Amino acid sequence: MSHARHAAVLGAALAALVLAGLVSFALQPYGIYLLSLWAVYTIAATGLNLTLGYAGQVSLAQAAFVGIGAYTTALLMPHGVPFGVSLMLGALGCFVLGLGLGFPALRVQGHYLAFVTLALTTLAFLVMRNETWLTGGIGGISNIRRPAGFASGRGYEFLCLGVLACVTLLAWWLLRSPWGRAFMALRENPMRAASLGVDVRAYTLLAFAIGAALGGVAGALYAPLVQYIEPSPFSLDFSLALLLMVVVGGSGLFLGPFLGALVAVLLPEWLRFLQDYYLVIYAALVIVLLALCPEGLIGLAERHLFRRKGRA
Amino acid sequence: MTDRSPVLELQSVVGGYGRMTILNGCSFAVARGAITTVIGPNGAGKSTCFKAIFGLLAVREGRILLEGQDVRGASPAALIARGVTYVPQGRNLFTELSVRENLELGGVALGSAAAMRPLVEAALDRFPILRQKARDQASTLSGGQQKLLEIARGLIAEPRLILIDEPSIGLSPLMVKEVFATLTGLRDQGVSILMVEQNARSALAISDHAIVLESGRTRLAGTAQEILNDPRVARLFLGGDAGDAA
Repeated sequence: MSHARHAAVLGAALAALVLAGLVSFALQPYGIYLLSLWAVYTIAATGLNLTLGYAGQVSLAQAAFVGIGAYTTALLMPHGVPFGVSLMLGALGCFVLGLGLGFPALRVQGHYLAFVTLALTTLAFLVMRNETWLTGGIGGISNIRRPAGFASGRGYEFLCLGVLACVTLLAWWLLRSPWGRAFMALRENPMRAASLGVDVRAYTLLAFAIGAALGGVAGALYAPLVQYIEPSPFSLDFSLALLLMVVVGGSGLFLGPFLGALVAVLLPEWLRFLQDYYLVIYAALVIVLLALCPEGLIGLAERHLFRRKGRA
Repeated sequence: MTDRSPVLELQSVVGGYGRMTILNGCSFAVARGAITTVIGPNGAGKSTCFKAIFGLLAVREGRILLEGQDVRGASPAALIARGVTYVPQGRNLFTELSVRENLELGGVALGSAAAMRPLVEAALDRFPILRQKARDQASTLSGGQQKLLEIARGLIAEPRLILIDEPSIGLSPLMVKEVFATLTGLRDQGVSILMVEQNARSALAISDHAIVLESGRTRLAGTAQEILNDPRVARLFLGGDAGDAA
């Protein structure tokens, strides 16, 4: 990809954030909430996109990291820990846990790795549900306050968009750096990557750790957004939903998580009239999309764009 | 004064895959600023030898001296930092990435995008055909262009020693000529080249020195001309009498 195209991709991502901020002035509180949720999901999906899309490491553990970030914030803020500090601590905890999760990836790949990461999601879910003394169990934790200055729906949306902007710039810089190149080499062929001097072990661990840390950041934003957390949003279902966001948007494509998260947030609203049939329709749409365009929606858009340019 | 010490020296190297031993005490020296070609029958351990040198295969015994210092067990990244590049056998490009991105991958071990950029530009200057196709997907290049891209990628780290395995494999005679011309050009600039090549006659024609490996051991070593003229080598590996080689 040329420098101009890289810059255009970053510009499109930042323009989407500005647009989301402007649109919120015309929305009711529920619409603002949905935009905030989109920002949170996009951060989590961007983390998974780094791990899966760019480094090629399958992970079904992203929901666990979002949960850990959410519980860290919910548990620390009532004790006077500032939101920013609890966000950093949540991200740091997930980074360390992600490093640990990366070790099995040095020995197993593909389906086997997916099962290992699934085990972490299940383990984290059980801890959240059963360790009542810490997490409140199925009763959860309520009255999670938003940070001072961002208590309103729109204020908090701007905070979510601001953090997403920082994550976007960080991910863009990372992917343009030799680290990003090494992740891609790892995804394409670990042996070839090693012959180029890529430390396969270190980069595999980093791919998990950075993806996990972004999951933690998303969780830290999620808790004050919904102001009440309990274990069920962080189950395997959410890991699969995040995986779908990455795949539907375009795995390994920078803008993929932005679009994938938008679909995940808006489609249930648009298909609400279908009630229980919503998931059936969603699944059918995903199957059709992946059959026609495995590169996801962004891949589909790129394909049409280049075809038109080719004709011109 | 010209440094006549070998750039690389293998001393009784033993290694292999798992319990299988492929290298059985392999020993040879690679001259500085010269092309040294390793020939031998299939299964002689030629490619295994390269993997052992480049830290991709555990060496059980022996020493690998790079400019006099033992680098046995060093990681590929450490060896790249010390001026060694490895171009493996076959197609080793990341075919879904562009030509430029493939070149940038050659600079991953440098650890800095700023340091990488001028080196990528220098590689594109050196190979104008790659500059023309810098934005194209690597898979769209011809076989010969892909091999040139692999060599160009190897040069990003500014190596003093290039290990290149079977550069002519799958290429048309015209492209083999171009690839070999590139290698001799690099040699003339002072880069040391250690090459494995099945196309022994053509490879020896551009080489300064040659090594014959058999069953993981060095059977013969000498100047390329000596090896080319050796009747045993001619009979076994060159498909004819020594006289034919001339």
